Amino acid sequence: MTALETAKNAIRMEHITKRFGNVVANHDINLELHKGEILSLLGENGSGKTTLMNMLSGIYYADEGQIYVNDQPVTISSPKDAFDLGIGMIHQHFKLVDVLTAAENIVLGLKDEGKLDLKKAEQTITEICQRYGFEIDLNRKIYEMSVSQKQTVEIVKVLYRGAEILILDEPTAVLTPQETDKLFAVMRNMKADGKSLIIITHKLHEVLEVSDRVAVLRKGEYIGDVHTCDASQQSLTDMMVGRAVTLNIDRPQPVNVAPRLEVKGLTVYDELGVKRLSDVTFTANAGEILGIAGIAGSGQRELLEAISGLYPIASGSVRFHDPEGKNGPEGRELVGLDPMAIRKCGVSMAFVPEDRLGMGLVGSMGMTGNMMLRSWRSGRGVFLNRKEPEALANRIWKELEVVTPSTAFPVRRMSGGNVQKVLVGREIAQDPAVLMTAYAVRGLDINTSYTIYNLLTEEKMKGVAVVYVGEDLDVLLELCDRILVLCGGQVSGIVDGRTADKREVGTLMTRVGGGSADE
Amino acid sequence: MFDLVSFIPRAVMQGIPLLFGSTGEILTEKSGNLNLGIPGVMYVGGICGVIGAFFYEQAVPAAEMNAVLAIGVPLLCSLLGSLLMGLVYSVLTISLRANQNVTGLALTTFGVGVGNFFGGSLIKLTGSEVPSIALSATSAYFSKSLPFAGGLGWFGQVFLSYGFLAYLAVLIAIAASYVIKRTRVGLHLRAVGESPATADAAGISVTKYKYLATCIGSMIAGLGGLYYVMDYACGVWSNNAFGDRGWLAIALVIFTIWRPNVSILASILFGGFYILYLYIPSGLDLSVKELYKMIPYVVTLVVLIIVSMRKKREDQPPASLGLPYFREER
Repeated sequence: MTALETAKNAIRMEHITKRFGNVVANHDINLELHKGEILSLLGENGSGKTTLMNMLSGIYYADEGQIYVNDQPVTISSPKDAFDLGIGMIHQHFKLVDVLTAAENIVLGLKDEGKLDLKKAEQTITEICQRYGFEIDLNRKIYEMSVSQKQTVEIVKVLYRGAEILILDEPTAVLTPQETDKLFAVMRNMKADGKSLIIITHKLHEVLEVSDRVAVLRKGEYIGDVHTCDASQQSLTDMMVGRAVTLNIDRPQPVNVAPRLEVKGLTVYDELGVKRLSDVTFTANAGEILGIAGIAGSGQRELLEAISGLYPIASGSVRFHDPEGKNGPEGRELVGLDPMAIRKCGVSMAFVPEDRLGMGLVGSMGMTGNMMLRSWRSGRGVFLNRKEPEALANRIWKELEVVTPSTAFPVRRMSGGNVQKVLVGREIAQDPAVLMTAYAVRGLDINTSYTIYNLLTEEKMKGVAVVYVGEDLDVLLELCDRILVLCGGQVSGIVDGRTADKREVGTLMTRVGGGSADE
Repeated sequence: MFDLVSFIPRAVMQGIPLLFGSTGEILTEKSGNLNLGIPGVMYVGGICGVIGAFFYEQAVPAAEMNAVLAIGVPLLCSLLGSLLMGLVYSVLTISLRANQNVTGLALTTFGVGVGNFFGGSLIKLTGSEVPSIALSATSAYFSKSLPFAGGLGWFGQVFLSYGFLAYLAVLIAIAASYVIKRTRVGLHLRAVGESPATADAAGISVTKYKYLATCIGSMIAGLGGLYYVMDYACGVWSNNAFGDRGWLAIALVIFTIWRPNVSILASILFGGFYILYLYIPSGLDLSVKELYKMIPYVVTLVVLIIVSMRKKREDQPPASLGLPYFREER
């Protein structure tokens, strides 16, 4: 135990290198985590943060280098080894079994003596929750839980195993600002209790808010570390991207604003008969970016899918005004048309779901193949035309700086950010009249995010009606001309993006109680 | 008049092989392995028992046969045979990550072939006139029921007239249910079948659980083949006689929503369907009888339709059923 007490570093990684085939994910990395500190691990997408942490949690095994825990050299070859060393990782994609309860998930994998005694375990879990300030219903099944509740289960699970070192992989990506605050409070409680924490995040203000020290990775290499008190958003961004990135999003005044998509009284029910959208009314104008804000699951996905004809509409109308005014002043009714017909009108949707590949891309196909998913109808006869998709794939590859060996490389094996670039790039290339994107920058690094913002703004200036469903309020407020706020499937307000402030939107996001959508 | 007292025991005897098969398959599927080789495994379980019994009967005169050996030798052979099948499936799908469906179907074809090949060889060895081989001495040990069962009237006939393997099947099913639902091992097993990555991250050895569940599942299913030959068929092996019961066992897995205890009754129900045609007066019109023989399959189809309409999350198959697991894959 003396080594445990006197050790200064909870973790020390020396000269760690990890390769996947020809790709070097981590190159000669040295990282230290002091006892009782919160360390932020910062880096662009694909910079190897998660890979590095996975070597601590036993998911990957380092090709070269040595890991020390409490200054003792260790070998971590499986998640079990990591547990035994008191290392617990909360993954970005939760490692929970959906059909089991919270309590069952928490005790999963433990080899305690004797019979499975959930009652006793629940007692211990409740104690942990009270100690750090978690709220959790232990008998609830995971699939009935919200994202933030699942995350809580994950953290409690790790603590229940007696972890002294916690690694959180982008924990705030799926949380509302309030939930984030709660998480940070819990993290500070854990730190006060002597635990050492590593948090992987993209959001600089969170780095500055919660951590004691920041370590920066860039393209698989360790750039350096700074104490948070000596760092600023600008200095961190510089370290992270290697070159200065303007933090201001370019927002030109809209020109030739005209109604493009008029949505009136849209109401939908899901397959269980729960109302998902209730009387949603708004207009998306050509030449404008309409932001849609809201807590995850407030009906954003249903709204976009309903407009694109993928979700059954119970009542309401969606009128589309053609740029050339082909359908007269009334516009064309889209409700009742099939998705292909709606798409032909020029209504395009790029939805980035949490798993990124779930909607819109085929994982085992390359970029070219995925481009063809949109264009195969334009070919003549039974043979496919590969030339144009190939050219488009090459263009996206170059212009959006997609990191991939070739356009034939399966998108499934690209990193998340690159997959997203392919998806969004393809939708924009369709030259749509209405471009709907959801979570287009989810999990992307700053550089790529700006590329996407600029692309959207470009589209807006071309006279496209852009609908941007986003999570980051700062971005919504800087990018969008108007912001529609959804809450529990209802529109709780539409504000001007130039004059509204964050607090105003935040209030609207929580105005209608979440349960009211179930009426 | 429908003779329930004679119908039920026959339904039960038809149902027991299905119960063994479905219990084994449920255990296997709970680990995320869809072993479509179960029909083949049951054939192998049957023929291995027959081989064991055959050589024991040849070696020892009927009068000197020892009850323990007469039961133990075929039982052990059967278990070994089906264990071997389970191991082949496990190595191919778990270690080498071959496609589970293809592997399973291949094993079924293989198992049926093995059964018929060795069955045919044994028949040749005995030089018998009929294309079957009778092991009545061994069978007598397997189908021995409690001595006082006969004196208890209908109660004895319905509940106590079976050989020990029938009761073993029920016990195994109840035990399997208990293990899956109430124990730590069961919790881990379910986690492996639902989300191997989660289980792995929680420190559970996915490979170990998959291997064990698949091999134990195979051994249980193999006993179904043994029961069929030794008890139901009175020790008579004839090629292809086991028929498609293995597939019915797999259908039962879905029918029972992956619950071995439900399978006890469901197997007997299906056993009843299987022989219902014998009890429905249809006169001399054989074609009508053939229609009644369809019942179990029609019911299976109907059940599959109903099951696919169920929405409840708990009633769905294990989420990673049929998928190989590889830790470093993203």
